Amino acid sequence: MKVKLHVWRQKDKSTPGHLVDYDVDGIEPDMSFLEMLDILNESLILKGEDPVAFEYDCREGICGCCSLTVNGIPHGHQKGTTICQLFMRKFSDGEDITIEPFRAKSFPVIRDLIVDRSAFDRIIQAGGFITVGTGMAQDANSILIPKKIADLAMDAAQCIGCGACVAACPNSSAMLFLSAKSSQLNLLPQGKPEKLKRARAMIAQMEKEGFGSCSNHYECEAVCPKEISVQFIAKFNRDYLAASIKEGA
Amino acid sequence: MSLESKIPAGPLEQKWQKHKDNLKPVSPANKRKFKILIVGTGLAGGSAAATLGELGFDVEVFTYHDSARRAHSVAAQGGINAAKNYQNDGDSVWRLFIDTIKGGDYRSREANTYRLAELSSNIIDQATAQGVPFAREYGGYLDNRSFGGALVSRTFYARGQTGQQLLLGVYSALSRQVGAGSVKIHTHKDMLDLVVIDGTARGIVVRDLVNGKIETFIGDAVILATGGYANVFFLSTNALHSNATAIWRAHKKGAYFANPCFTQIHPTCIPASGDHQSKLTLMSESLRNDGRMWVPKNPDEKRPPEQIPNEDRDYFLERMYPSYGNLSPRDIASRAVKRMCDEGKGVGKSRQAVYLDFTDALGRLGKTVIADRYGNLFDMYDRIVDENPYNGPMMIYPAPHYTMGGLWVDYNLMSNIPGLFVLGEANFSDHGANRLGASALMQGLADGYFVIPYTINSYLVKGKPAAIPLDHPEIKKAENDVQNRINKLLSINGNETPTGLHRKLGKIMWDNVGMGRNEQGLKNAINQIQAIRDEFWHNLKVVGNDSYMNPVIEKALRVADFMELGELIARDALERDESCGAHFREEHQTPEGEALRDDEHFAHVAAWEYNQDKEPIRHKEELNFEFVEFATRSYK
Repeated sequence: MKVKLHVWRQKDKSTPGHLVDYDVDGIEPDMSFLEMLDILNESLILKGEDPVAFEYDCREGICGCCSLTVNGIPHGHQKGTTICQLFMRKFSDGEDITIEPFRAKSFPVIRDLIVDRSAFDRIIQAGGFITVGTGMAQDANSILIPKKIADLAMDAAQCIGCGACVAACPNSSAMLFLSAKSSQLNLLPQGKPEKLKRARAMIAQMEKEGFGSCSNHYECEAVCPKEISVQFIAKFNRDYLAASIKEGA
Repeated sequence: MSLESKIPAGPLEQKWQKHKDNLKPVSPANKRKFKILIVGTGLAGGSAAATLGELGFDVEVFTYHDSARRAHSVAAQGGINAAKNYQNDGDSVWRLFIDTIKGGDYRSREANTYRLAELSSNIIDQATAQGVPFAREYGGYLDNRSFGGALVSRTFYARGQTGQQLLLGVYSALSRQVGAGSVKIHTHKDMLDLVVIDGTARGIVVRDLVNGKIETFIGDAVILATGGYANVFFLSTNALHSNATAIWRAHKKGAYFANPCFTQIHPTCIPASGDHQSKLTLMSESLRNDGRMWVPKNPDEKRPPEQIPNEDRDYFLERMYPSYGNLSPRDIASRAVKRMCDEGKGVGKSRQAVYLDFTDALGRLGKTVIADRYGNLFDMYDRIVDENPYNGPMMIYPAPHYTMGGLWVDYNLMSNIPGLFVLGEANFSDHGANRLGASALMQGLADGYFVIPYTINSYLVKGKPAAIPLDHPEIKKAENDVQNRINKLLSINGNETPTGLHRKLGKIMWDNVGMGRNEQGLKNAINQIQAIRDEFWHNLKVVGNDSYMNPVIEKALRVADFMELGELIARDALERDESCGAHFREEHQTPEGEALRDDEHFAHVAAWEYNQDKEPIRHKEELNFEFVEFATRSYK
């Protein structure tokens, strides 16, 4: 197989970027999308050019490093799949492929396809946790959690923190990310004492980071590689509303 | 220098408690005066940072990732062991301890392994309190499954993403401390050297991966929790950035490297599909709870697997190891797979694979139950291989996965360099010659949450070390060494990329220092590694410069260290003239092909000392088994 790539190249945060065309040949259908980029990069290095900088690590869809928008869709066109798990057999021979970084005001480009997602860390630091010190815990089976609730919490907890939800949203909202984390904790008995405080703290930090508000486009759910449901946003909104009413709780 | 393990005296069950009682804590008012530098934010480093921060120490933690949540612990799938005995199936701390000692083929320290088993229950409690959504039964109680090398069901899990959920628990505890200001986190910082002053670890030299700036941080103790080195094989289940540079640089500054040849090959991974392959993907050991491994009895079998009747199939693990069957430990299962393929019974295009079949379980339990247990793994297999495992068996083959070897540490997890502590996979201490499944998460968290917060006091009690100015000659020298190394890489201007050379090294390692090793092969490997290292330093191609985010420099620095470590692994494998656990010397096997230990000559830890340009020096720490008797490991 061969493909024609249009890749976003940008030297650093302050230099404007642009699309550059590359032809890549010798692709096997069993290669992953990132292995196709490896071929391009190896050839660029041998020509003495800077390779395309893109973020990756585990290459099995769990670390959340991937931040590529492929043909306009964060993580590409295969549903429920990070770009590292998208294989070239899902493209056709000779296809034109445009690769850009995740785009959002709160995710500035560091270089080429790599963006700064530290805003997500700061949201968690603001309140995305249960306040428990090491060694305080009682026996795990003394907290009974119905299977249904545990499963629902796990559905939310699967978030890999990649930021595709933000990149897909016309408002660059981070509500799917926030609601996934907070729902996981708010659903569990261990997380209930801080439910309202958590909602307030995370939202406040989200606004500070410049993420937009949710206006129910559901683009986030459509691109989420872990298929996290927008129903968690509704749940989170209820928690936040309760938090706004019960000031000081 | 003598290797003092500092194992406390007394009965095995009382060692840890007595040791804790004897360790004098630093007073609350003085804790914040001690600066602790921690490298790595996985289960071990992250939990250590969070806990030491909570206690009031001045903690700075470093990761080369953009966020602490990306550390490779995130990728662990199947589960975490704990001796809770919730299943009433006869589990206990003692049983977990014995399973781990036996699983490690009697090449680990009794006291460390016992402590690990003892702490296992606290970890489950801690993670649950943090909101880790472990799988539950309908009544709300925690669920368990089984892993290899055990006859009880003691593995806790969160679908096929247990590592992710435990890491996110650690990350949330760490984030709380960062938010509270007690821990400072430095992202995109790659540790490239250790600063040793007056024989003690005093700092680290890091390179900022965004702007290339080289900087030194000074502390009163340094903790390395930087993971394992399986990427020396190029193709492994490790994340692509996982590397040995931090521990290798510490080794070159004097830290002993223990049992480097103890490298684990995991039996169930998706086979490579071609030369372009950048990594191998693990299919969790938990699949062997319900999956049965088999090959066709006839090497010339042409039928598709679904059409091969039971009588023409060889369920080789069940045949060879009737009592453990498909849940035989990893080293045993990997070798059995290799043997089947060597006998020509391998399947698939390359004939380097065996079947892992769920047909029976699907028939017995139904698709819903199987999807609930392994859904994400089945989906991952489907995405990668383009075959639906609900309809036919998976094809799997062994791949490098974990390294039991690592920097030598004593019972306090301190290396032979005072002030340098090593946690998690980066140290060597608990798993002997083979790690049991679901025990890596356990060790990382035990080290970080429950061991280091106590044992660091053994060092800090000596008082606060003298202040060090940033222009200290040792610091300048370390920084210059790093800069010179980068300049050298940039100046070669040859014709091979770092990845290309890494791939060549990996092939040498896999062919000669992989699942089967022998004297001639290891000698050849050492020569070949020296040759490829020479090629690296004369024919490497690195582009650009070091003033911006340059992934080629980052990769080249790591490959340079793998080129040196690879030789030490081969040398250690050559010197260890016995088979034990994952280290299989073909010269030493039983007529059935099982590993043949030599307890008289090799019941010791081999701790290697770096010796500049001369051959490294092999030191021994004898392993004294006071409470367990040597036995031939049998899973039959």
